[in-house]
Amino acid sequence: MSRFDHALIDHSKTFAFTFNGREMQGHAGDTLASALMANGQKLVGRSFKYHRPRGIFSAGPEEPNALVELREGPLQEPNTRATVTELYDGLVAKSQNHMGSLDYDLLALNDLFAPFLSAGFYYKTFMWPKSFWEKVYEPAIRRAAGLGALSGLSDPDEYDKGYRHCDVLVIGAGPSGLSAALAAGRAGARLILADDDFLMGGRLNADRPEVGGKDGADWAAEAVTELDAMPNVTLMPRTTVFGVYDGGVYGAVEKHTDHWVTSAAKPRQILWRITAKRAILAAGATERSIAFGNNDRPGVMLSGAVRTYVNRFGVAPGETAAVLTNNDTGWQTARDLAAHGVTVAAVIDTRADAPLEAIDGAAVIAGQAVADTRGRKGIKEITLTNGQTLDVDLLAVSGGWSPNVHLTCHHRGKPIWKNEIAGFIPNGPPPGLSPVGATAGDFGVSTCLKSGRSAANVIVKELGFTPSKAGAAKAEDEPTNISAFWHVGGGPRAWVDLQNDVTAKDVKQSHQEGFRSVEHLKRYSTLGMATDQGKTSNVLGLAILAEVSGKTIPETGTTIFRPPYTPVPIGAFAGRAKGKHYKPTRLPPSHAWAERNGASFTEAGLWMRAEWFAREGEQGWRDSVDREVLAVRNSVGICDVTTLGKIDIQGRNATDFVNFVYSNGFAKLPVGKVRYGIMLREDGIVMDDGTTARLAENHYVMTTTTANAGNVMRHLEFVRQCLKPDWDVHVISVTDGWCQAAVAGPRSRDLLAKIVDAPFDISNEAFPFMACAELTVCGGVPARLFRISFSGELAYELAVPARYGESLFDVLMEAGSEFGVTPYGLEALSAMRIEKGHPVANELTGQTTARDLGLGRMVSDKKDSIGAVLSRREGLNLEDGYKLVGFKPLDTDEKLSAGAHFIEVGADYTLENDLGWMSSVGYSPSLSTHIGLGFLKRGDARIGDVVRSVDGVRETDIKVEICSPHFIDPEGDLLRG
Amino acid sequence: MLINHPLLGPRDSREFYVLGSAELLKRPDWQAPDAAAQFHDYVHIRENPYGQHKELWYHEQGDRSWLVVTRDTVTHEIYQVEMARDVALRLQKGGEL
Repeated sequence: MSRFDHALIDHSKTFAFTFNGREMQGHAGDTLASALMANGQKLVGRSFKYHRPRGIFSAGPEEPNALVELREGPLQEPNTRATVTELYDGLVAKSQNHMGSLDYDLLALNDLFAPFLSAGFYYKTFMWPKSFWEKVYEPAIRRAAGLGALSGLSDPDEYDKGYRHCDVLVIGAGPSGLSAALAAGRAGARLILADDDFLMGGRLNADRPEVGGKDGADWAAEAVTELDAMPNVTLMPRTTVFGVYDGGVYGAVEKHTDHWVTSAAKPRQILWRITAKRAILAAGATERSIAFGNNDRPGVMLSGAVRTYVNRFGVAPGETAAVLTNNDTGWQTARDLAAHGVTVAAVIDTRADAPLEAIDGAAVIAGQAVADTRGRKGIKEITLTNGQTLDVDLLAVSGGWSPNVHLTCHHRGKPIWKNEIAGFIPNGPPPGLSPVGATAGDFGVSTCLKSGRSAANVIVKELGFTPSKAGAAKAEDEPTNISAFWHVGGGPRAWVDLQNDVTAKDVKQSHQEGFRSVEHLKRYSTLGMATDQGKTSNVLGLAILAEVSGKTIPETGTTIFRPPYTPVPIGAFAGRAKGKHYKPTRLPPSHAWAERNGASFTEAGLWMRAEWFAREGEQGWRDSVDREVLAVRNSVGICDVTTLGKIDIQGRNATDFVNFVYSNGFAKLPVGKVRYGIMLREDGIVMDDGTTARLAENHYVMTTTTANAGNVMRHLEFVRQCLKPDWDVHVISVTDGWCQAAVAGPRSRDLLAKIVDAPFDISNEAFPFMACAELTVCGGVPARLFRISFSGELAYELAVPARYGESLFDVLMEAGSEFGVTPYGLEALSAMRIEKGHPVANELTGQTTARDLGLGRMVSDKKDSIGAVLSRREGLNLEDGYKLVGFKPLDTDEKLSAGAHFIEVGADYTLENDLGWMSSVGYSPSLSTHIGLGFLKRGDARIGDVVRSVDGVRETDIKVEICSPHFIDPEGDLLRG
Repeated sequence: MLINHPLLGPRDSREFYVLGSAELLKRPDWQAPDAAAQFHDYVHIRENPYGQHKELWYHEQGDRSWLVVTRDTVTHEIYQVEMARDVALRLQKGGEL
């Protein structure tokens, strides 16, 4: 098909593309829609529910019909609007939602069942039997109704996020937006001009009115050139501002390389957060249709879109056209078609008093509408309400224009009805956002140019700039009078929402069935709930609802507009945070050493921790873990415990501070000593536990559990700044600063004696249990040594600056080789702490108290400490409260399972009979049995009793003996030795 | 949402952890005869007004300052931002939140 002259496409650049495998050609400057049209492709898709043939309906982001699957393989993007897809060489597109070919869709059968598929049919039809829903109904519905398919493959493209800041953000580059941008830019304000199109100019390109004595498109191009040359201006074409957030933050998505055949390692799309002191919304207006019989056939298009294809893209959407309008703008379409040699058979104006105008060769009909259309894959004939028929293959429809108020409603602004334009205009926009031009309900080009300029001048002045003296460009206001006309009743099905196949009858039926509110209508009939969010249909739908309910349109109101304005790919929200980049990985200093020594790793929060160190010949992880435990119990093992939180506390009130945040006494802890502390939340529940060492008079180092390191830090800062502002105390996290190694087992002292520098005395007398010291090791490396034990053996924790961490483990291995030193991992650590009854996160669940843990006496009532008062409340101190105790299976071959619940022998497995739960389990190689820790009602009074441990998930039910949680060395002789 | 940090200037709210009502600065006296009741209210009974609200925000991904932010819970407008420590000191001297 030949193209008209003067179109805004580059005839010299020809792009080859395919649609459903058919090879086609278009030009630079085309959209996929305009190129399809130029290739005579009228039928572009099938409708959602009835599989009706559909053609291109609009020329912008509001498109309900022309949705395609773009690209192939993992790059495939479903539901891409052909009307906003910039054509590129090598583009591949497929139509969606048909079984078999687009021309002969087998599911078009659905259309014959239309009487059964009306509003709410899912709710009514697929009720029974219930079990059919998941297996039969839903898969069938999903196959038959719907949109494009995902490739199911991982998207290989990069997406990115970016931040921009400006004085003024102008949204939309039509006449109002360009005029506003010129004024703000000339005044020197830092300006961002964002437009969703790749060619700025809006309807100056589509309608090409005269501006400043020239073609509007030329004027727009010159304005963009002027703006581009300003150092204070950032132009963002291909960028949709989709949401208004708090504090002048605007969400925008830029199609960065979507118009390239591959993204060439650049981000495909960029999610921008634009922070603007002020914003001007020049988003224009969207045309809507009129509901009449079979108004969904290919060839029925929005009237303004027809002008866009003719004027901007130089392509005729049909050969013989008719125009149906209820306002003056439809006449412009007739004029533009006639001027390009397209036969206009008739202009049908629904207004009896329409200002008639002679269009070359056209019948001019006032006070009538279109009642029906014919033509299977595209219209061939229309029938007017007066019975007259016309042979046409294009029907341009204008039901009026709805200002694009969307962004003005993102802070709950409620648009108000303006009768003169038969549309909603903004009301109560977000602070800092000024709607102008068509968005504000002023449609004339001249008015738009003026309102953009004056809004910008007011704003820049408020921001302290001197407004430019340049006036707005000269243009004329075209007539835009309208007399609302919504639908032709009584005839065949009349579509309201093309994308979701909602007809005028569905709207009426929903109302009859009691869905009176517009919000209910929407959800019941699915009007406006498709990916186009009803841009061309919502106002029409609620006007019909108003009609049937006997209310006015303002009384009926709109549904709430929420972000995003148009669909934003999930990939853009994810940005680079995908796969391993979703969250950072923290590696303890020994990681490389552990890898060299055969460690398997597990994730603990962000940390990667060694689970166990497998050796040749070991059959499974239990072999490795058992060996590691026995090595610690019999000789010596080493383990990286760097991941425990370490918080340095200093200041004149450091002692007061530690004594206040721990519930047990710390006021009398001598310098050079460590104490186990328990920390409560203010509600009396245990928050965390750990050891704290007093290194000097006013210097402590606190350790936290790995999982709670961040929470405890936040809590300490809260206490310091908010509760004790007059105390001189400072806290800082040193978790990453120090590498800490546990050296545990009867030979640990012998090992460490080989690396501590003289004159440090590591003997039991000089450095007893719970001692700490600052010293040097290995000939001058600064270190901290703590005689603490998590395993229950004679044990130490040695900390060195993190940069020495990896070599520390090499040194320990070498020095310990004569004792058979064994690296051990998290599993062995866990097995040994269960043997000792030490609580960890499994026990500190945020629901357990010190009393539950058997540590009730640690909560001092002699001092003020966080959580002490509420820990004494009645509900936390019940006679039959939970107590942490140990469990052993009667049959030592039985495995225990964490999460199992305790039930009396002979009792039913019911909630009323629940006695508590198993929190930690493991195998004790020292005792040759599985052991567990758990919370049992009055557990401490039931040592020696037998209860059942029932796991409803794993379906186990075994008898266990209640015992002390301290399975090994309950008196603690070993660790003091 | 931007929070105008008294020391660091405007910062994105995503750098912060929000705790809730700034009433948490008024921790009761543990030795009061009705300490249990006072602590009960302190921990569990919070203001959650429609409109202006003084809240505690923690600049966790920043300088670790706790701030008292006076914010409108409806519009998210922020009226005032103070260092929580300054407010806590003011309270100690018998001042108002």
